[in-house]
Amino acid sequence: MRDIDRDTVIDVVKLSKRYRIGALQIADKSLGEGLVEALIQPFRLVYSVVRRNRPGPSEDEFIWALKDVSFQVQRGEVVGIIGHNGAGKSTLLKVLTRITFPTEGYARIRGRVGSLLEVGTGFQGMLTGRENTYLNGAFLGMTKSEIDAKFDEIVEFSGVEKFIDTPVRHYSSGMYLRLAFAVAAHLEPDILLVDEVLAVGDAAFQRKCLGKMKDVTYEGRTVLFVSHNMLAIQQLCERALLMEQGGVIMDNTAASVIDTYLKMTDDDQGETTDIAHAERHPSVTRDDIRFTRFTLVDDEGIFTNRVKYGDTLRFYIEARSKIEMDGLTIAMQIETRDQFTVTTILGEEYDVEYSASPDEPLRVRLDLDHMTLRPGTYRVTILAIRQRIGLPDDRVENPLVFEVLPLRSEDSLTLGRGLLTPKVSWRAVTPELAHSVTLES
Amino acid sequence: MSADAQQSHATEREIIIKPAQGWIPLDLRELWDYRELLFYMTWRDITVRYKQTLMGATWAILQPVANMVLFSIIFGRLAKMDSEGLPYPLFSYSAVLPWAFFSGGLSRSSGSLVGNSNLIKKVYFPRLVVPLSAVITGLPDFGLAFLVVIGMMIYYGIYPASLVVLLLPFFLLLAAITALGVGLWFSAMNVIYRDTRYIISFLLRFWMYATPVVYSSKVLDEPWRTLYAVNPMVGVIEGFRWALLGQGDPPGFMLFVSTVAALVILISGAYYFRRMEKIFADLS
Repeated sequence: MRDIDRDTVIDVVKLSKRYRIGALQIADKSLGEGLVEALIQPFRLVYSVVRRNRPGPSEDEFIWALKDVSFQVQRGEVVGIIGHNGAGKSTLLKVLTRITFPTEGYARIRGRVGSLLEVGTGFQGMLTGRENTYLNGAFLGMTKSEIDAKFDEIVEFSGVEKFIDTPVRHYSSGMYLRLAFAVAAHLEPDILLVDEVLAVGDAAFQRKCLGKMKDVTYEGRTVLFVSHNMLAIQQLCERALLMEQGGVIMDNTAASVIDTYLKMTDDDQGETTDIAHAERHPSVTRDDIRFTRFTLVDDEGIFTNRVKYGDTLRFYIEARSKIEMDGLTIAMQIETRDQFTVTTILGEEYDVEYSASPDEPLRVRLDLDHMTLRPGTYRVTILAIRQRIGLPDDRVENPLVFEVLPLRSEDSLTLGRGLLTPKVSWRAVTPELAHSVTLES
Repeated sequence: MSADAQQSHATEREIIIKPAQGWIPLDLRELWDYRELLFYMTWRDITVRYKQTLMGATWAILQPVANMVLFSIIFGRLAKMDSEGLPYPLFSYSAVLPWAFFSGGLSRSSGSLVGNSNLIKKVYFPRLVVPLSAVITGLPDFGLAFLVVIGMMIYYGIYPASLVVLLLPFFLLLAAITALGVGLWFSAMNVIYRDTRYIISFLLRFWMYATPVVYSSKVLDEPWRTLYAVNPMVGVIEGFRWALLGQGDPPGFMLFVSTVAALVILISGAYYFRRMEKIFADLS
């Protein structure tokens, strides 16, 4: 083990984690099958020795979720970890929090570690908000006296004061998440490992969470923060790691890593339109309905991800429902690449409701006329909502990235700032015109 | 940096995360550090159980009493089993009591890892806490059922012979050790083989008849009686009857054999559990 200086609080050296493909099937094995296998094993061994093969599964039955990951974190640093789904971010946190063991390499961590891989770990519906606060706190590694000291603060932060002695199964999902996050946010370890927990609740609560996270970082705590929310990474972290296929491929300032990541994302995302298995937003708890396709189409209905400035944006949406449902509305949010919301289109505001049934997928065309978006790259989030209040039935963050082409096709770069490029007419003012202008004013 | 902070850096804990290979130490110190979590998990399970079932505490009494009535009719009345001169209902109830604690603890702890898989995948804590808490959860039930035995003793006018009654907690501990030891083996196996629970219900039924619950161990001659005590529950129940009802000879050497057997099961179970721990999070 190598020596590290006093202020290095996390030292990760060639950390690797291998999963066996189909490892989950082992859990469905019966004891009977296990016994048979144990009996057969010696014969297999003999067979493989005779055949001069090494016993055991071959290398291609494994996947490396982490491969040779090395980095160090100094005391007080706030480091973001970004990467595509399946790049190994969550596995890295799972190894660092000791939920799972590494296969190779090692990591050294100094100080008390707190982790937030999920909010509401261990929440029990039968118990009251108060009881769950203590229980959840204990799971997160807080002692009773710590929770006692922070109890009022936690309750106030969550905003569920009135219902603190009501069993949490009577809570709305929003209240539930707020209380759960409130407990987690008051954890005060030396090192905090966070996985995407800011993505819960409504916008106001998310802002509150982000604010709380900022406080945590100002207090000089060391934080490792996994997120898909680039804005949050940008605001909280000075440094970021970019992961890809189980390895750290970039370790630099947050701004430059985010830039590289977004470029990678734009390159490969436009190609897929099938979102049936895309990652869902954490607020989606039901699976009655799922978006299966979401794409931008041209005049002929053919998939595209580039539109000319001023063209109608034609979205094609497909969803499959497991049950008969009415009163379904679709909502969409268009954001710039740095996550500024350009517009939110709510089906509800247009009184457009759909019914869905398991027999046939729901297919919707949504045309946005007179869009005068400034040339650039945009991302679209799509939501299916049945109830006005409460969590969406389905929500996919940014499955679609499209580009509005520059006004002059030869320009690859657009100058200027803003969200809109209005339809304009330029006219040189001739003496006669100047006269008329003066007259009118 | 303040002097205080300096101090805390010097003493701060260092964790080394490395691949798990072979036999893993038990790390009882860490288990001790997590005693509050053990308390909360136990408290959660107790609270939920008593809140959830309509009859709540009544169940804790009804089950052993029903068993005692059934045994008294079948083995006491019909089969006329020898009950060492004690009224048969009291004879059987004094055994049903620790047996119910043991079998409840064993089945709960065997299913505990699978039942808490959501936690195991999301947060780190010494996994030993889970089956341990499952065994301790049975204590209030035991306490309630114990009130019945006090009532029965008053009714029959049979009292503990001496201060040996103070040894009861030791026999309860021995039952807990056995339940935990076997529970550790099964809870780890249950993660890999999901049909383990069927084996447990079968095993418990079999085990009860291999334990002097409905009959007296006097039916066996030496050296078979001592050999019989390799089943730790033999020592528990013999000891329980002796300490509580004040009859018969102290179980002596049988108790020693049972205690050694229980400790062997516990220690081997704990190491097996630790060894399997590395696959829990990936499987469950």
